[in-house]
Amino acid sequence: MPDRTLTVALMDAPYEASASTTAFRIIASALAQGIHVNVFAYEGAVSLAMKDQAPHANPVKGTSVEQEEHPTTKDLVASLIELGRSEPRLTWVNCGLCVDERGAGHSVDGVKRGGPADFYKMAVESTTTLVIPTR
Amino acid sequence: MASQYVFIESRDPFDSPDTGFVADTATALHQGGRPVTVFLVQNGVLATRAAARGSHVRRLAEAGVTVLADDFSLRERGIEAGELSAGVRPASIDALVDLLVRPDTKTLWH
Repeated sequence: MPDRTLTVALMDAPYEASASTTAFRIIASALAQGIHVNVFAYEGAVSLAMKDQAPHANPVKGTSVEQEEHPTTKDLVASLIELGRSEPRLTWVNCGLCVDERGAGHSVDGVKRGGPADFYKMAVESTTTLVIPTR
Repeated sequence: MASQYVFIESRDPFDSPDTGFVADTATALHQGGRPVTVFLVQNGVLATRAAARGSHVRRLAEAGVTVLADDFSLRERGIEAGELSAGVRPASIDALVDLLVRPDTKTLWH
């Protein structure tokens, strides 16, 4: 079977929309099925990979950081990048201007900087493209 | 070969009246002879309960559109298989990915 590639455009900022979780599930599933994945993170989605995120305790419930096991999106992105390090391959591109606007340049390893032209190239070269817009 | 269409509906029809647009478009494409799947995810699965009044899901299924509901989203919301409207099938995210990468498939997220 020829190589298949799925390109996904994300726009939602972390911790705001269920769509981020669904996108992570789609990306993980595609990689597990041997499908290459391109991600173009636009607008608030560039912060999904921001390295400075930190899990927190929950003082209302009296739980510690360890007990809370708070998942951070940067850890999820890092795990996906690790899954897609060889074959199939995951390419994660953050919109550079969106990064600069948000001061979100400190990303987990493996995240590249790019622009809409990269997204266009990804889409043209992919089997299919899924755009997940903000609401 | 006619294009296949996959509509991913993530919105709750009870707070997003524009979900009717997806149902209308999916039905029209199907009536035009195109294979069409509507994949319900997140709050989109709230439309799947057979007892849900005003849901567009029954109309879609009766029109012959394939209607799938994300099993993870169903479990999150406590919706069990026995509650589903006729014509709705639970499906995994793997099944959605398989649909997305089929040749000549056009996908729209709402």
